[in-house]
Amino acid sequence: MIRSTKSLRSFAAIASIAALTLSACGSSDDDNKTDGGTTGAAAALCGKNIAFLGALTGDAGALGQNMVNGIKLALKENDAKNPDCKIGLKPFDSQGSPDVAPGLATQIINDDTIVGLVGPGFSGESLATGKTFYDAGLPSISPSATNVTITQQGWTTWHRVIGNDDAQGKADAKYLTETVGAKKVFVVDDGQDYSKGLAGTVKTALGDALVDSDQIAVKQTDMSAVVTKVKASGADAIFYGGYYTEAGLLAKALRQGGFTGTFMSGDGSEDAQFVKIAGAQAAEGAVLSAPAGPAPSGFEATGLYATQAYDATNIFLAAINGGAADGKAINDFIGSYVGDGVSGPVAFDDKGDIKETKIYAYFVKGGKLDVENPSPIE
Amino acid sequence: MDLGALFGNFDNFLSFTMGGLVFGAIYALIALGYTMVYGVLQLINFAHSEVFMFGTFAVAWVFVLLHGTESATWSLGKALPILLVALVAAMLVSAAIALLLERFAYRPLIKKNAPKLIALISAIGASFALSEAMGLRDRFAGWFGLDDNLADYVSPDKARDVYSNPVTIQPTNLFKIGGYSVSDVDLVIIVAALVMMIALDQIVRRTRFGRGIRATAQDPEAAALMGVNSTRVVQGTFLIGGLMAGAAATLYMMKIGSTRQDAGFILGVKAFTAAVMGGIGNLRGALLGGLLLGVMENWGAAVFGSEWRDVVAFVLLVLILLVRPSGLLGESLGKARA
Repeated sequence: MIRSTKSLRSFAAIASIAALTLSACGSSDDDNKTDGGTTGAAAALCGKNIAFLGALTGDAGALGQNMVNGIKLALKENDAKNPDCKIGLKPFDSQGSPDVAPGLATQIINDDTIVGLVGPGFSGESLATGKTFYDAGLPSISPSATNVTITQQGWTTWHRVIGNDDAQGKADAKYLTETVGAKKVFVVDDGQDYSKGLAGTVKTALGDALVDSDQIAVKQTDMSAVVTKVKASGADAIFYGGYYTEAGLLAKALRQGGFTGTFMSGDGSEDAQFVKIAGAQAAEGAVLSAPAGPAPSGFEATGLYATQAYDATNIFLAAINGGAADGKAINDFIGSYVGDGVSGPVAFDDKGDIKETKIYAYFVKGGKLDVENPSPIE
Repeated sequence: MDLGALFGNFDNFLSFTMGGLVFGAIYALIALGYTMVYGVLQLINFAHSEVFMFGTFAVAWVFVLLHGTESATWSLGKALPILLVALVAAMLVSAAIALLLERFAYRPLIKKNAPKLIALISAIGASFALSEAMGLRDRFAGWFGLDDNLADYVSPDKARDVYSNPVTIQPTNLFKIGGYSVSDVDLVIIVAALVMMIALDQIVRRTRFGRGIRATAQDPEAAALMGVNSTRVVQGTFLIGGLMAGAAATLYMMKIGSTRQDAGFILGVKAFTAAVMGGIGNLRGALLGGLLLGVMENWGAAVFGSEWRDVVAFVLLVLILLVRPSGLLGESLGKARA
């Protein structure tokens, strides 16, 4: 206990130093501008970087890669439009782990060239790093962290361009009981912040239709005990809260064990890897929900969360090109931002949650995850 | 706690137990590698999990090579020819990695009479190096400009992500015990593991090479004086451990079908636990420990919930070691009677 308090204190100290450094940088930029007077109306933060923090490798690395593709696309378009005001990307690979992310967060706030953060990618790492970024005054927009409690912490620099798990969980439960017509639903999660949050909302919303639940471990591969429990419960549908690796293994084990009901999972599983891991036959008919619509046709960056990351980046770019000179100005800009992104209309409430959100159900059809034709649930 | 979940219904009880035996058989085969090396060198080869991990990749690679990347679902019979090739490939790859480990991570240390702890650290280092090498295989291929040609094998930019066998092996139910159907895949895994364990046990007990292993385990110096080539014995021990890990990798891929550069870690820990449970250094102990651990995990998951499976398994380990500090069957590779 003593140890952790101590390290927390030193952490806070580093964070506050970083905050000072950051604000000092902001003002020195201003000085340059007024002194030189040659830059004219050009934005103050040209040549700076946007950071990405999230999983680029590991269990759910594919999701982070999707996000980086979205960010890169937005930056590329900006470079073409504003050749005098290029903004770079500094990616930080947290492997999606709340243990790895805090160290990287310290690196990010100590890097003077970083003016904004697209991320953190997942809920666990968001909860682990939110205070650091808030103390440092670094504005962030997450394309994908959906745990409900993150925006209840009072971190005013934290935003997300995606609906939270509350909305998704309720929609998922509604889909299972009304559209699928399931009478007995078995709920499984992997114990992580995102997974427990989503599975918890689903359980509550299911009410009497919840027959039983179980929790597995991340990186668990032997699902035989869960399969036996699901079959013993007589469930006609299963909901899994977690990411695509375990979701795929679970779907595979369930089908091979003779389970014939509906398999449903959330946005953490909505990736083509799910089908590869489960195998085409076991994945067939699986329903994967996401608080995100399909990318518009012709959109270059593919994959779940790419559109959200693209939109988040564009908000930062709009702030920078609009002349925002420091973290606070960018944060104010984000707070009052109203616009139409490729993922849908974007505007934030005072907690940092996106105002409008729609939940979609994606289907595995013909051995492939059909990312183009989801059906809206609400 | 829900004892009814486990004992309330005999079919469910069988189902939990069989599921545990299948994974226990895989634990046991990996545990052999730990136990053999410990028996001969009194050294825990922590890099053995990576020997297994390389085997799992070899299996998937063989399927990509002989079938292609197109997703397919086959019965065990249809997959058998490729599976046999994959078995040979995985055993060769795993054995090669094990021999490399012996040559570069251990032999230089043993020659210099380094303390056992140094060899342990060398093993941990080798384990990280091997796991990272697999996770960076796309970059290595890139150095030679081969990442495009080998894209199906090295998954550029996604080398650390899950790598799946494109062919899913669909189990067929063979017969029923009560209400529980036994599938061909599960049966093959358990029988194959048992056959290999018995064969290995007989090799160690009856052959000249086995006598060499036992002699070196008992007293390396006396064995050397009696004309046993200890380097050969150590090499042979690593070789056998690698071959068994390759077989375990094939059985694992039959059942699970996906692997990753860190897939060996948890299985390695479990297999090591199984080896200690049965009595490290004891071949029959590895089998008993592996099966027991697999079954206990599933029973624990049934009674307390799946998140408690590891807790149950490790509490059991502690209890066993409190009563029998040298494991269920004792440490006895050297003492096995001829």
